Amino acid sequence: MTIHSTRRHLLAAIGAGGIVLGTAACGTSDPFEDADDTGGDGSGGSGASDDGSGGAGGAIAIGSQAYYSNEIIAELFAQVLEAEGLTVDRQYQIGQREVYMPELEGGALDVLPEYIGNLLQHYDPEAASATPEEIHTALGEALPDGLRLLPFAEATDQDSYTTTSDFAAENSLTAIGDLAGIEGLQIAANSEFEVRPYGPEGVKEVYDVDVSVVPVEDSGGPLTVQALTDGDVQLANIYTSDPAIAANDLVVLEDPEALILPQNVVPVVSENVDETAEAAMTAVIEALTAEDLIELNRRSVEDQASSADIAAQWLGEKGLV
Amino acid sequence: MNENPFAEALAWLAEPTRWSGASGIPARTLEHLGYTALGVAVAALIAIPLGLLVGHTGRGKSLAVAAAGAARALPTLGLVTLFALLVGIGLTAPLLAFVVLAIPSLLAGAYSAIESADPATVDAARAQGMTEWQILTRVELPLGMPLLIGGFRGATVQVVATAMLAAYVGNGGLGRYIFQGLGTQNYPQMIAGSLLVIALALLLDLALLLGQRLTAPRGLRPT
Repeated sequence: MTIHSTRRHLLAAIGAGGIVLGTAACGTSDPFEDADDTGGDGSGGSGASDDGSGGAGGAIAIGSQAYYSNEIIAELFAQVLEAEGLTVDRQYQIGQREVYMPELEGGALDVLPEYIGNLLQHYDPEAASATPEEIHTALGEALPDGLRLLPFAEATDQDSYTTTSDFAAENSLTAIGDLAGIEGLQIAANSEFEVRPYGPEGVKEVYDVDVSVVPVEDSGGPLTVQALTDGDVQLANIYTSDPAIAANDLVVLEDPEALILPQNVVPVVSENVDETAEAAMTAVIEALTAEDLIELNRRSVEDQASSADIAAQWLGEKGLV
Repeated sequence: MNENPFAEALAWLAEPTRWSGASGIPARTLEHLGYTALGVAVAALIAIPLGLLVGHTGRGKSLAVAAAGAARALPTLGLVTLFALLVGIGLTAPLLAFVVLAIPSLLAGAYSAIESADPATVDAARAQGMTEWQILTRVELPLGMPLLIGGFRGATVQVVATAMLAAYVGNGGLGRYIFQGLGTQNYPQMIAGSLLVIALALLLDLALLLGQRLTAPRGLRPT
């Protein structure tokens, strides 16, 4: 179901992107041909690549994942680039990495906010967890020609072993390793957590902790949080930038051994991004702390503010626009 | 990955290690059947007496039809989420959703079963001095049994096909294969899980169809 609606958005976005590129390039005889190519196999963007990267002073196409928090970060970049006098073409809410990465590689998109760990695993499924610096370096080498990484932010949005403050206090927990020896631990998480490297097998190996998965399929959403606060489970996998952590006084257990892949925010950009644009985006990255990202998300989830308003306010506060 | 995903799904099913243990196919299938049976049974406790009453007295029929029709329109995943937010994760939330899903078919089956009895036959029974209860249990129910089982058939097939949603909020069943396959982009596993659900639905449908045939009163059976 999710996949369906995502695909539909995606095709619409790709179609629109193809048409825009086709018309902008003026040389393309049939813009719909481009759209078909791009939408059809997801990798046929080579024609668009020439059109996209060649255009000096052309619009910079910024994409985002179909994830509200990712769209806010994309909007931060969009607004600083506009403040530099550049034209920005927003292509938000594109679904899966399997589809938007070929669009970046093909030049139909120029900027996409990514998360270092997941992106590295996209190119190297066997990649082991490491420090953010190591992953950033490995990722720089793994990226295909024509794409490059900007520096990564302190802000991260990663899986976690999270518990209630009561349970943490009762068992004097601060790090995942403190769970060792507690019997009958259960973690609410999407069922794929079972087979992730940081799932039950990994945590047993690295921290000697026994935990079983209770599948709750809303990706750390309200049902997962509620399973934890109701006491149905002692642990939950909640994304670390989720405002629900602070709202429910939850405790994210520390991970000194880097069992969980770090997911610091990092922009992936094409050659169409020049030095001016790069400097503006790097300034955003340097300012974006973990607390900032949580606050940006909170403004969306709790205040229902639009990503444009949230981004404008934050950039204003930081003096970036 | 470029191989035919259906062939890979069949290979997934053929793997002997998947046919034992707590997360093996037999265990997950039994869980799935258990959720289905429980959902349909609870729904039957509510819908069958109500349907018999409506059918026998003829009162409240338009209300029953409207309510059953409206309940059919409720999205089950939405109900599972809503109930889980109210009562927490576990079996209660999906079970409530399955009950809502099963009631319309059972209710419609029950009142149409009673209605289907020829009014002349019912009048004859009444003229012979049968009580209303006797008319219901000895005349109307036996005559309408195939339609009543038809209601069970519709409800069971719908619930068994939807029972994968139990896995959305912390339970087992065949939905575990489907959700895990979705999350890890293991499409052969997803297809395999779906095939198992489809096979189960077809088997139950056939069994209940047989039940419908066998319970048809001799005089009404097609020859």
